[in-house]
Amino acid sequence: MGRSITSLVVTVMSANPAAPVSQSSAIRIAISDGYLRYHDSQAATLTGLNIEVPAGAWTCILGRSGCGKSSLLRYLANLLHDKVDWSGELTTEPHCDLQHHIAYMAQQDLLMPWLSVLDNVMLSTKLSRAPRSTAIRDSQLAQARELLHQVGLADKADYLPQQLSGGMRQRVALARTLMQDKPVVLMDEPFSALDAVSRYRLQNLAFELLQAKTVVLITHDPQEAIRLASRLYIMQGRPASAESLLLPLSQVPRAIDAECAGLQQTIMTRLALDYE
Amino acid sequence: MLAVWQAIVVFFEMPAFILPSPVDVFDRLIERHSILLKHSWVTAQEIMLGLLFGVSLGLLFALQMLLFKPVKRWLLPLLIASQAIPVFAIAPVLMLWLGYGIASKIVMAALIIFFPITTCCYDGLRSTPVGYLDLAKTMGASKRQMLRHIQLPAALPALASGVRVAVVIAPIGAVAGEWVGSSAGLGYLMLQANARMMIDEMFAALFILSVLSITLYFVADWLLKKMIPWEM
Repeated sequence: MGRSITSLVVTVMSANPAAPVSQSSAIRIAISDGYLRYHDSQAATLTGLNIEVPAGAWTCILGRSGCGKSSLLRYLANLLHDKVDWSGELTTEPHCDLQHHIAYMAQQDLLMPWLSVLDNVMLSTKLSRAPRSTAIRDSQLAQARELLHQVGLADKADYLPQQLSGGMRQRVALARTLMQDKPVVLMDEPFSALDAVSRYRLQNLAFELLQAKTVVLITHDPQEAIRLASRLYIMQGRPASAESLLLPLSQVPRAIDAECAGLQQTIMTRLALDYE
Repeated sequence: MLAVWQAIVVFFEMPAFILPSPVDVFDRLIERHSILLKHSWVTAQEIMLGLLFGVSLGLLFALQMLLFKPVKRWLLPLLIASQAIPVFAIAPVLMLWLGYGIASKIVMAALIIFFPITTCCYDGLRSTPVGYLDLAKTMGASKRQMLRHIQLPAALPALASGVRVAVVIAPIGAVAGEWVGSSAGLGYLMLQANARMMIDEMFAALFILSVLSITLYFVADWLLKKMIPWEM
């Protein structure tokens, strides 16, 4: 399995000659003493935030809904630049403008209902500002078909999104994210709307296909975070700050063993305090 | 229903100049079909061109309102004024300016549908799901690409409901225009028939007009469903 993944990453990258060099190297992100407040709010949403996102691994951020974890992700995706006050240091290594190097995956699949599955996967190529020759377009088309094959939906390329189940739609969204081929992938609870088994399968698939990338996953599900995280943060308080948690040493994606279950119980107890 | 109509006419011995029987109307329909057809064609043309004109104008206005915020501030009063003044009141002026031909009726039809089209289209353009816009933004889309690839297609179902309203009321504009002053069209024919107490002919024209409107609605509905298959 490991070999085929490496070869996929290589083909995906070579198919995008226009991309700058930094696209191919993983990016490390660090936030120190982050502070975030919405313009239309009196109180800060985040304060004293210290987060370290290692390159080429999954960082999971846990927290109850409404704690500000989505705000953090949306800030990283540059979706909040005109809506919030931000102070604190955001460093990337190698140094780059983060907004050009991220792909964003939300809780809703956000498939355009008027585009076929294949066209949805290719959406980023339509919206990029780079001019496209026929040769590039052909290679992009082949790449999109290959990605649909990877997520197991090769035969659904010409369907409309509404004809697919929730799990399939989120798999198309995953293929679309892979098509963007960005070194950083920001995920905002993309698996939370799925049933348990679809979620489990999609977590494994996403983990397998996003191996070389720096992934930040926001979630409210401790089990999901424990399974996938190489680094785990829990966000609590009002305004919220983040605290790093120790993880079992086993290899990701983890099987849920006794150690994981114990950690899950600890996290649950801590999160439960927030609801009182 | 036709039977009830026929029964009423026979039972109450209605004079033909008050309520003609359906049989009379049908006879008239056959007898005068060439004339009726000629006038229907004129009215149909007015409706279709009015629709075309009104829909494009509404789309254009909605886009202007979306793209240039200050434009909205002075377009909106204009828009509301165009609806507050009844078309019947403007009709004589339109006749004066554009003559008795089909031009004035096209403008009437366009004027009457322009408001629903503009508001539906503007609402559709404004209410693109935030998630779609966010996704496009993270993909680095420019304003133009956002409009072309996200906002416009997302507004199509809203525009479609505007068009459905428009195809129903466009004939009203056209026929009202014909009543005020014209030399051809179903409205003209009805007016002439009424003046000459040929009520059966009037009903025949009315019948054709409703068939025309209903057909138009179902054709438009079918076309819209074909073009926007993702709309439930």
